[in-house]
Amino acid sequence: MMRLTKLTTALLAGALFAFPALAVDLRIGLQDDADVLDPAQSRTFVGRIVYTALCDKLVDVSPDLKIVPQLATEWKWSADGKELTMKIREGVKFHDDTPLDAAAVVATIERNMTLPESRRKSELTSVAKVEAAGPLEVKFTLKSPDVTLLAQLSDRAGMIVSPTAAKALGANFGSKPVCAGPFKFVERVQQDRIVLEKFKDYWAKDKIFVDKVTYLPIPDTTVRLANLQSGDLDFIERLAPTDVAAVKGNSGLKYDATVNIGYMALYANVGNGPRADNPFGKDKRLRQAFSLAIDRDAMNQIVYEGTAVGGNQPFPPNSPWFNKAIPVPARDVAKAKALIKAAGFDRVPVELQIPNNPVAQQMMQILQSMVAEAGFDVSLKSTEFATLLEEQTRGNFQLSRSDWSGRVDPDGNIHQFVSCKGGINDVKYCNPDVDKLLNEARASTDDAVRKQKYDAASVILNEDMPVIYLGHQSWIWAYKKTITGFVASPDGMIRLQGVKKG
Amino acid sequence: MTTIDQAPPVAAAKRDRSRAWRKMKKNRSALVGAVIVLFFAILAASAPILPIIDPVATSWTAIRKAPSAMYWLGTDDLGRDILSRMIWGAQASLMAGVFSVAIAVGIGVPFGLISGYFGGWVDMVISRITEALLAMPFLIMAIALAAFLGPSLMNAMIAIGLSAMPIFVRLTRGQVLAVKTEDYVEGARAVGLNHFEIMTRYILPNVFAPIIVQATLTIATAIIAEASLSFLGLGQQPPAPSWGSMLNVAKNFLSQAPWMAMWPGAAIFLVVIGFNLLGDGLRDALDPREA
Amino acid sequence: MPVYIGKRLLVAIPTLLIISIFVFSLQKLLPGDPILAMAGEERDPAVIEFLRDKYRLNDPVVVQYFYWLGGVLTGDFGISLRTNQPVLELILQKLPVTIQLAVMAMFFAMLIGIPIGILAAVKKNTFIDYIANVLALTGLSIPNFWLGIMLILLISVQLGWLPASGFESIFVDPVRSLQTMVMPAFVLGNALAATLMRHTRSAMIGVLSADYIRTARAKGLSPREVILSHSFRNALLPVVTLSALLFGELLAGAVLTEQIFTIPGFGKLIVDAVFNRDYAVVQGVVLCTAVGFILMNLFADVLYVLLNPRLRATL
Repeated sequence: MMRLTKLTTALLAGALFAFPALAVDLRIGLQDDADVLDPAQSRTFVGRIVYTALCDKLVDVSPDLKIVPQLATEWKWSADGKELTMKIREGVKFHDDTPLDAAAVVATIERNMTLPESRRKSELTSVAKVEAAGPLEVKFTLKSPDVTLLAQLSDRAGMIVSPTAAKALGANFGSKPVCAGPFKFVERVQQDRIVLEKFKDYWAKDKIFVDKVTYLPIPDTTVRLANLQSGDLDFIERLAPTDVAAVKGNSGLKYDATVNIGYMALYANVGNGPRADNPFGKDKRLRQAFSLAIDRDAMNQIVYEGTAVGGNQPFPPNSPWFNKAIPVPARDVAKAKALIKAAGFDRVPVELQIPNNPVAQQMMQILQSMVAEAGFDVSLKSTEFATLLEEQTRGNFQLSRSDWSGRVDPDGNIHQFVSCKGGINDVKYCNPDVDKLLNEARASTDDAVRKQKYDAASVILNEDMPVIYLGHQSWIWAYKKTITGFVASPDGMIRLQGVKKG
Repeated sequence: MTTIDQAPPVAAAKRDRSRAWRKMKKNRSALVGAVIVLFFAILAASAPILPIIDPVATSWTAIRKAPSAMYWLGTDDLGRDILSRMIWGAQASLMAGVFSVAIAVGIGVPFGLISGYFGGWVDMVISRITEALLAMPFLIMAIALAAFLGPSLMNAMIAIGLSAMPIFVRLTRGQVLAVKTEDYVEGARAVGLNHFEIMTRYILPNVFAPIIVQATLTIATAIIAEASLSFLGLGQQPPAPSWGSMLNVAKNFLSQAPWMAMWPGAAIFLVVIGFNLLGDGLRDALDPREA
Repeated sequence: MPVYIGKRLLVAIPTLLIISIFVFSLQKLLPGDPILAMAGEERDPAVIEFLRDKYRLNDPVVVQYFYWLGGVLTGDFGISLRTNQPVLELILQKLPVTIQLAVMAMFFAMLIGIPIGILAAVKKNTFIDYIANVLALTGLSIPNFWLGIMLILLISVQLGWLPASGFESIFVDPVRSLQTMVMPAFVLGNALAATLMRHTRSAMIGVLSADYIRTARAKGLSPREVILSHSFRNALLPVVTLSALLFGELLAGAVLTEQIFTIPGFGKLIVDAVFNRDYAVVQGVVLCTAVGFILMNLFADVLYVLLNPRLRATL
């Protein structure tokens, strides 16, 4: 008995010693493992979630998708829209104590533009020159007016990295990233965890109430939720819509949801190689009929339990950029049949390429049976995602299903997909009128003018329909009731400023 | 992967088939295995004529319904009848097992025969390649091959067949080495029969018993492998069902619709146990050691 | 003995070379362009071209092979396309995880398989033997991944007894490490338990009918003594050898188990790498597994010789 008591005391002491009562430890379950943790090189969505804690950006995005100050306190466009001047926040330090000044900003932007491995080049193509206009002032000179630059600087292209670390590590920066965010890098074990700890000299440290964050990649949604339910995780992203009911029924948990800025779509090959040469790729009436044959609401209800919204444009219906003159169409099989008939067909065979994940397959099987009623014989061709991308680029598809994670600036959801020389215009749609509208929208700093251009482009695209938009998913986060201060944002990020665990 | 390397060399004389059959009949567990396998085989074969609902017919009003009088085994995430999908899925899963083993035997046995019979550098080359293939993890090989060929049931079968093939090369080779010095083979050679005739008429029939046993056991492995590949999205593609692909979908609805995962899992388990029992029974019946 | 091992190693060289060719051709086998996936959602052509060059994907295949082989021989397995981490580093990071899983699974397998095997042999052809056989068949026939998700559903989701996923090193937090590993190790170990049980049974049956056991019985030793001190020691020989062989297979069997329980080990590394087309990782891991398999085989053979006094004399 004596020995037992002694042992218990020892264990208790050990436990107390191992877990200081004050440390607030937040464990977040992510859907994937992040790729390389270098803002210049990384490309995954979950990587961006980690960056919201690790790396501050020149500007941030508010939940209503406005650009707000972060490392830059204010900014100004020149009258011709070809110069952007930014004031940098005073007294900011990187995690390695290097001061963050105009020179550091210039070094980062230049690194993003010149590092051979950089994935940020296309985001910064409009920049001709970046220079320090003072110790805390930076001037961007553009080749041509580009208002989307601010939105780019609100993401990875605008994350400022320590010039000391960037010089020392070069392309290997990701092995030990040094930024100026609220948390600093501790360790990373691939496919297992990324650990960050509070940066005591963070410029807004009074808003940080968490001492340590651990991100754990858990791809299976069921397992991710199980970990939250069992208490091993505090917070998870991308809860499966079918699991919302389970979270609602659990008194210790709550959830947040918001429609995201991306979209789900079908890409119709209208001009990419010989496979475009078929009735579906040639005749827009068939594509219109296809779109009309889909019951978007029913599909969202079945697959996403009503958490997604139907859509017919690159922007969700609740976005200020959505063209209200073209509402999301209701299902109209009769009209679809009439269009098919007008095109001279009775039944139309279509091969639809889909990724081999269960959710996409479920959704496309529903779609298959819906459009069959109108006269489309859809055959589903499942491929792995890596192959799907390649086939899409090479034009080896008739109709292909993929998603876009969305960009804060409307340009990012539309320009590169449907402009003649667009980098990811896999459908090879080309219409000079659309090009003109999209380029003009890019150049104007006046939102009213931009809206007018996008509205006009949307009308043409809705007619030609190279991309059949299906809808917009919601981001759904679930977390313990003890967590407060989390603000859901349509960009899907998990910002830890103001988040408390108590 | 179950192997039966421990099996003894085959006796020289032609096997007394009726003796084996008698032993087989006495072996109750083998009989149970045969009954299970036969049951599923008949079920799968009669899928087109059974009065069941179309396995791909979706119903928006019957999504994820628990088992009931209307849907005996419940419905899935698209409101399809699970019973009907199970029966059609039996076809895919059994076919996957049998086909892939047919591929493995069809390629592995001839190479094993050639390797064992001719010896020398041919044997050297085939043996080294077989060893190398055996050193590659079975499932990883199958995954890589299935990814290479693209996701489909046919490709999954080919991938599994090729991955299981080296076992049959090694098994056959070993058996051939044991019988090729037997008198009747020497006799056949003396009579002047050519290599092909000797191999097919004198050697093959005498090494076939362990191959049959191994094949039966490998069918069990192959069915699990097909389910595993489908589970990873590399097997049967929608809307057609296979037990593995049904499980792949079901894992997203574990707490909402556990029946979606229970039936296919149980069916795989039953069929595999059937083949294992049958294989064990065959081994006992064909094994000359045990009386 | 050293001569024997040396000879065996020498014979393994051509096999290893063939393996290296297979492993390398995996890269050519896999469809889909990894560089496209790596270039990000925007797929900038300049970046794509740079990466192709950097990873030598523009060189002829044969040249690529020799570069790769040369690297492997000097311990350089290339770097992961996805995270820029050296493959060797990844392998060294993941190997302990899978080894811990495998050791625990083996422990389970022996704990279940050997006693039941002995029991079944002693009670040969009785009801107990029959039950043991049914148990073994169940272990062999149950699909691992299905067992895994059912256990998660029951034990983690419904009962909340064990964590559903994750991994903690046994050296960092032993309690949590065991908690996270119990289910996966059981799932991985149950099929092996079946195999071990069957082999223990048949080895014991063989030994129990041997002359010296009959003598021992005739001398009046208790059944317990006969079974444990005389029979088991001799039956152990094939079982130990088999365990070493199975250990190699365990590493491969971890593939799906790790996928289901989200354990960051070898199996998960390779499946993710195949799906992400992370060539260098696929090659490095498959090569290591294959080499490990060959080494375990060699080890098993050496063990067999060492444990068998009669064979030892002939060497």
